Amino acid sequence: MASVRLEKVCKAYGKHAVVHDLSMTIQDGECFTFLGPSGCGKTVVLRMIAGFEQPDSGEIWIGDTLVSSPARGVFLPPEKRRIGIVFQDYAVWPHKTVAENIIYPLTIQKVARTEAAERTSKTVAMVGLEGLGDRLPFQLSGGQQQRVALARALISRPQIMLLDEPLSNLDANLREEMRFEIKELQKNTGVTILYVTHDQEVALAISDRVAVMDESGVVRQVGAPDDIYEKPADSFVFKFMGVSNFIPLEWRSGNVFVKGSDSVLNCPLDAEQIEAVRSGTLVAGCRPHDVELSAEVSDNSGVVRRAVYLGSIIDYRISFGTVEIRAQKEIFEALTKSRIFREGETVGLRFLDLKWFREEDLAVAAGAAQ
Amino acid sequence: MIRHLKSMGIAEILLALSVLVLVVVVAIPVLLILGTAFFVDGHFNIKDVVQVLSEPDTYEALKNSLVIAAGVTVFSTIIGVFFAWLVSRTDLPFKGTMKLLFLIPFMLPSFIGALAWKMLLSPRSGYVTKLLMSSFGLESAPFNIYSLAGIIAVETMYLFPFVFIQVSGALERMDPTLEESARISGAGLFTITRRITLPLMMPSIGAGALLVALYSLAHFGVPAILGSEVGIYNIPTKIYERIYQSGGSFSAIRTATILSTILVVSAGVILYLQSFILKAGRFQVISGKSMRPVLLKLRGMKIPLLIFSIIYIAITVLLPTVTIFMVGTLKTYGIEFTAANMTLDNVKYILFDWKMTRDAIWNSFYISLAAAFVTMLVGTLISYVIVKMKVRGKFLLEFLGVLPFSVPGTVIALGVILMWSGRFGVNLYNTAWIILVAYIARYMAFSLKSNSAALEQVHDSLEEAARACGATHWQALKDIVIPLIKPGMVAAFFLIFLPALRELTTSVLLYGPKTRTIGVAIYALNEDGETVYAATLASVALVIIVVGQLVIKRVTRSKLEGE
Repeated sequence: MASVRLEKVCKAYGKHAVVHDLSMTIQDGECFTFLGPSGCGKTVVLRMIAGFEQPDSGEIWIGDTLVSSPARGVFLPPEKRRIGIVFQDYAVWPHKTVAENIIYPLTIQKVARTEAAERTSKTVAMVGLEGLGDRLPFQLSGGQQQRVALARALISRPQIMLLDEPLSNLDANLREEMRFEIKELQKNTGVTILYVTHDQEVALAISDRVAVMDESGVVRQVGAPDDIYEKPADSFVFKFMGVSNFIPLEWRSGNVFVKGSDSVLNCPLDAEQIEAVRSGTLVAGCRPHDVELSAEVSDNSGVVRRAVYLGSIIDYRISFGTVEIRAQKEIFEALTKSRIFREGETVGLRFLDLKWFREEDLAVAAGAAQ
Repeated sequence: MIRHLKSMGIAEILLALSVLVLVVVVAIPVLLILGTAFFVDGHFNIKDVVQVLSEPDTYEALKNSLVIAAGVTVFSTIIGVFFAWLVSRTDLPFKGTMKLLFLIPFMLPSFIGALAWKMLLSPRSGYVTKLLMSSFGLESAPFNIYSLAGIIAVETMYLFPFVFIQVSGALERMDPTLEESARISGAGLFTITRRITLPLMMPSIGAGALLVALYSLAHFGVPAILGSEVGIYNIPTKIYERIYQSGGSFSAIRTATILSTILVVSAGVILYLQSFILKAGRFQVISGKSMRPVLLKLRGMKIPLLIFSIIYIAITVLLPTVTIFMVGTLKTYGIEFTAANMTLDNVKYILFDWKMTRDAIWNSFYISLAAAFVTMLVGTLISYVIVKMKVRGKFLLEFLGVLPFSVPGTVIALGVILMWSGRFGVNLYNTAWIILVAYIARYMAFSLKSNSAALEQVHDSLEEAARACGATHWQALKDIVIPLIKPGMVAAFFLIFLPALRELTTSVLLYGPKTRTIGVAIYALNEDGETVYAATLASVALVIIVVGQLVIKRVTRSKLEGE
């Protein structure tokens, strides 16, 4: 097992800089996720670590080995890096059986036949493919093919596992199951996992730490999943991690108003924040489930424009001053604590967990993919 | 550090090797042709070029080439589009079978077809001519096959499938909703065909027509058999005549290079037009999926059109083939087809007893085998670099890779003569090697096409997965890439081997006393008036072709089952 260290890594295709001055350390035995919208360069980072791409400048270390450094003329080819990789399209070799696919790394390493066979059957069992060894890949389901790819990557006991959107071709149920299994595998083997995805749910569920990247390849925040979710560094991260409301604010006669309206936002602010609101640079952010609705009409109430029934929850779109607020209530809670509101009704709003962002970040956040 | 250099080295070595092969095999010969055509004693000289072209017989050859190509293109397009429409857009019975039947003319070498038509329609002794004259009491022959019209007719019979394949493919892929929406708007079927279907098909029709033009312009076999005897020459036959009359003198070579330049330039223009048309056609709404189009009900015309199609196939394919087989078993040419006059001894004679034909078969066989094998491997290498590798300077290879597609067989033959006749210290003239080199150049395009198609199917991640598993670049190639593209390589092998077996255009300019090929032998036997033996050898060639096609089918089918 090994750590991975990126130091001032840059990569451009033609004039388009994909990765710029990226420095980061991934700890030994950690499950680390690069999370970002498509085209943010996260896959390029993975491919540079794997050795499929060479950085234009900077250094990449795996454990104590320098694997890429254009300045020092070092480039260790992928086969020497002791990595395991799983691709989005599985990349299971269609002309080899399941067993032949999985044993291939050991054949390359010239591991003795009996030992290889033993390790193969152990790995097959670990990923739950017993009895399918003689099948050809086209006879397998997508989930089974992905398990073959996992087993093939694991069998040579790599220092690091690189997973490039391995779950995005699977259906929702299978995705959840595989997510769990990848986590289990990591617990059992202690391998360092580097995971690349655009799916924030997977990233939260699987990672020890997450790096959130924006479209231009800039890392906005690195942290544990709960940090990222609860204490987003900026509005981009907040928006990328889930459905979000942004409320531009205005300071008038000692009160915080929703910009350009008479709706009041009742919230305690410290002096610095008040100053920021005064200069017009503060924006409040809030998750839909942190909006409390009540039948009491006050000066911070809005009108329900749409109420959509989504099974276990109800999704409201409420016009509040000049903005539209999304609120989500669990049906059970709505039925016991308050009530279900109809379209056109006026509701009182209370924001439980407001986060504060600077306005200039918002323009970037507006472009972020959900 | 060393690893770094080594791993970068592989890409560059492969690129350099690929460039080298294409430069030596195709680029230098073509450059030599251009150089010989335009430079005399090291000076650029356009006056001589104009003078050569204004000589009556070279001018005549140019004109004939154009007339033949134009005629063949027009008629092939009409016939190809009509039959393509018939099998893909009407309720003609047995459409699947009919579609296969329309592809058969492709398998029949056109010079063997010309040989058969000469036997059937020659003004004095043709079987059909005699039959028509006696049954209608005609004084003179109703047709003369030894004419521009005869050449155009025979070439059309064997070239129309180019258009047929392109157009029927496009018709089947066309989104039927386009026609349906026109229909809903109230347009009649005739209007729809004229205003919607036909315009949508224009790129495919154009592409097919240009292929026919390209092929016909540089075609040797049919004009050689039906034209040379009566003094009708096109560019390739003129080049052949000049070189053989003069025994390879410089002035003949120079005339030939000037004519070749015209062929190369026209081929370039045609290919450019074709890529232009195909690009323009890309925005056309043709979906990749096969859909069920609205079929025109032929009603009363159903059976007559079916019979018409069958008769067309019977006349263009069956009649010539049967003629070749029957004449091939005659004891002497001209006698009647009775059991007493027919014998299989001819076959035994040309296969085992007569050294000339025996050698020709053996030569064709081993030269084609070697050419197919080498071209397949080199084509795989070049395609791999073009499709898969990231390496600087690749554009050079991509440019060179287009060359083989645009150099006609006659030009290649002339180019290798210029290059391998001792000028650069290697003299291969009159050996099998020079034919082999020419075949590699001539069929490289087939290999590149087949191999790149196969390589594009192999996703990069399959190779990368192997690298991540610890395989070196070479091991990944050997264990993953090569096994996966094997079907494409096998296809390339046969796509080269079969046409090379019956090749005439190139080898007729390159053969020596000991290196006749099957095509050359048939051609020479026909020239010498040995019509029966020419037919016997042609029958043998046809049998080999049919067996080869069956093998291909077998191979490609087992590939499908394996997947």
